[in-house]
Amino acid sequence: MKLSGWGRYPITKTQTTYATQPGLVASSIEAEKTTQIARGLGRSYGDSSLAEHSINLSKMDDFISFNEINGQLTCAAGVSFAEILRVFVPKGWFLPVTPGTQFITVGGAIASDVHGKNHHIEGTFCEQVSSLKLCLASGEEVECSKVHHPHLFRATCGGMGLTGIILQATFTLKPIESAYIKETTIKTTNLAETLAKFEEHASATYSVAWIDCLATGKQLGRSLLMLGEHASPQKTEQTQQKPPFQDSQTAKTSKFNMPFDLPSFTLNSFTVKAFNALYYGKVRQTQSERLVHYAPFFYPLDSIQNWNRMYGKNGFVQYQFVIPKSAGLKGLTEILTEIANSKRGSFLAVLKVFGKANDNYLSFPEEGYTLALDFKMDNTLLAFLDKLDEIVLHYHGKLYLTKDARMSEQMFKQSYPQWQEFQKIRYQYDAQTCFNSLQSKRLGL
Amino acid sequence: MQKNILIIGTTSAIAKATLRLYAEQNHNLFLVARNESLLQTVAKDAKIRGANQVESYACDLADLSCHASLLENITLSYPKLDIVLIAHGTLPNQKECETSVQNTLQEININAISTISLLTLLANLFEKQKSGSIAVITSVAGDRGRQSNYVYGAAKGMVSTFLQGLRNRLNDSDLQVLDIKPGFVDTPMTADFKKGPLWAKPEQIAHSILKAIDKKRNTLYTPWFWWGIMLIIRNIPEFIFKKLKL
Ligand SMILES: Cc1cc2nc3c(=O)[nH]c(=O)nc-3n(C[C@H](O)[C@H](O)[C@H](O)COP(=O)(O)OP(=O)(O)OC[C@H]3O[C@@H](n4cnc5c(N)ncnc54)[C@H](O)[C@@H]3O)c2cc1C
Ligand SMILES: NC(=O)c1ccc[n+]([C@@H]2O[C@H](COP(=O)([O-])OP(=O)(O)OC[C@H]3O[C@@H](n4cnc5c(N)ncnc54)[C@H](OP(=O)(O)O)[C@@H]3O)[C@@H](O)[C@H]2O)c1
Repeated sequence: MKLSGWGRYPITKTQTTYATQPGLVASSIEAEKTTQIARGLGRSYGDSSLAEHSINLSKMDDFISFNEINGQLTCAAGVSFAEILRVFVPKGWFLPVTPGTQFITVGGAIASDVHGKNHHIEGTFCEQVSSLKLCLASGEEVECSKVHHPHLFRATCGGMGLTGIILQATFTLKPIESAYIKETTIKTTNLAETLAKFEEHASATYSVAWIDCLATGKQLGRSLLMLGEHASPQKTEQTQQKPPFQDSQTAKTSKFNMPFDLPSFTLNSFTVKAFNALYYGKVRQTQSERLVHYAPFFYPLDSIQNWNRMYGKNGFVQYQFVIPKSAGLKGLTEILTEIANSKRGSFLAVLKVFGKANDNYLSFPEEGYTLALDFKMDNTLLAFLDKLDEIVLHYHGKLYLTKDARMSEQMFKQSYPQWQEFQKIRYQYDAQTCFNSLQSKRLGL
Repeated sequence: MQKNILIIGTTSAIAKATLRLYAEQNHNLFLVARNESLLQTVAKDAKIRGANQVESYACDLADLSCHASLLENITLSYPKLDIVLIAHGTLPNQKECETSVQNTLQEININAISTISLLTLLANLFEKQKSGSIAVITSVAGDRGRQSNYVYGAAKGMVSTFLQGLRNRLNDSDLQVLDIKPGFVDTPMTADFKKGPLWAKPEQIAHSILKAIDKKRNTLYTPWFWWGIMLIIRNIPEFIFKKLKL
């Protein structure tokens, strides 16, 4: 079977086993050896979930226990964020950290140590995980946490599936009073203002900015900064008379579908219009407020199923880097200028300010600015991205592994200084004999 | 209103997706499967999703002698049943059946005889109640015998014919007898098949089952387009059909 990540580049031939219960995981590991890697819902963009043999966990999806008093949930690794929200939002609970799509598994969230719009306050998803169960290369199941096998825990959180197969995890949901978010949108005119507004609103629970990547000169970095707070029921009733936990939108998130590939030439006009019309032109005042359901606030792209097909059959690469705060304005200006000059349209350009880094060996977030952009695949793209890599390295930045499909071994080893400690743990548990992805091979792990 | 719902073959992907929907509507469940630990996992999951009361019972349904005690246990927990869904089944290896009488009979035992045994006991229970829904998952494969899987098809067809008769017998009471005929569904049973556009997800099938039970339907082809496909398949004259490689 042909398989790819969300970016549909690269594509590889894979044999898939669906592990529907923990007992089957050990036997599939045993059967395959050498080149296998776990896969959740395949929302990582590049080749992190690709190998000759893929162990798919998305059907191992049971809730195992839930504490109704403190919100502590234990569930199988294949449970999706969408399912957690569908079941628990009506009961008054929300994910402590969520990325920009709900179609990911708990296992995938841990393996990528995902972050959300509240990273500056809550940190990553793994920082909410109190323990997890991992199936090792030997088939043995171990419980790990900050206390038990702490090094294995730090290696597994953000370890891109390279230490073993996560079977289940325990983390705590956060109480909410309604399914709605009070969203504030601030329109900024340039990069300096965007960064200043992030600073000014550092106490907002959720924050993210959509940058107009094609703006140049004085307007470089003009953005829409979106802030969000969970709304209280009074607020939702006054304004919209909606029941506080109405869930209709999650169940019906996929109203639109992109059933086949769009011809690639439609992309550029689509991109520019999308941002200008939807995200820039629409907002007239410099600051506006509205009440939105959590689904469009957190998951604007989930309403178009298979939107990744918009980039045509060659696929695309998402490029997400972080650079330290000290490099902020200068570094971002340099990179944005490079991109604007290249005239490569990016449909998605999301800027976020990260809070403190955690101590997981391969975790991505660290204090600074992160920008994520999509680039349509063509035969000049890889060379262009190598050029961006140089700038990122120059400012002591790094790339997000779960988005990566092409960075060099050298770039990786230089920007992830803890890779050797990580590798030591893999050897300690024999993981390198068994769990390898196209990405890990490319990166020399 | 909370309903008492019996699910037989709980660990099947289609049954699991269906009972989750019922759990989320806070109904009471009685879950039956042979794999005890998996059964416990599904039971806990159902409880967390919102099921009001969850009972479970483990037994190998191929062993017909355990059916009577299974029924006793069910009625002890729930004196009245509102819905029963029978979902267990296996997909035989047709080629192996062709060379082994024992395999063939074993497949017919699990896919037809065990279901008919359970239905015989349940029908009397439901007849006394004078209300409720009996729903059984058969298959489109039961509509016509084909060389690639006629042992499975024959077993499913037997259950469908049995259900027709039962529906006719129970017509005077306010009882529903639903025959659920899925097409291709992406489940562990069909893990080795190449998937294409005709394939459905268990969740999709589950939604259609709930709706068909709600609407008191007699037969459900699911997804719906299988109704049309099977209409054509059933109407191809036998002298042509027998030459087809299906
Ligand atoms: C529209 C969109 C928006 C996104 N927004 C964000 C965002 O805001 N923040 C962010 O951090 N990420 C974001 N992502 C990336 C996404 O959250 C991660 O790639 C996530 O890991 C995907 O989870 P998955 O279940 O699809 O895993 P897959 O893509 O299938 O796998 C990802 C990695 O996890 C490993 N893995 C999966 N399951 C297991 C397991 N059970 N045990 C061990 N390893 C496992 C795989 O081997 C692979 O290395 C976004 C992705 C999309 C498509
Ligand atoms: N998948 C399809 O394409 C398709 C199409 C048409 C009809 N169907 C029918 O749909 C129903 C559900 O199947 P599914 O697709 O959900 O497949 P599945 O997940 O493989 O479920 C089959 C279930 O039957 C159980 N079972 C088998 N023998 C048993 C026995 N002796 N005692 C107790 N339980 C037994 C299995 O239990 P274990 O887990 O213990 O093995 C399993 O839970 C079946 O009747 C099948 O024939 C399926």
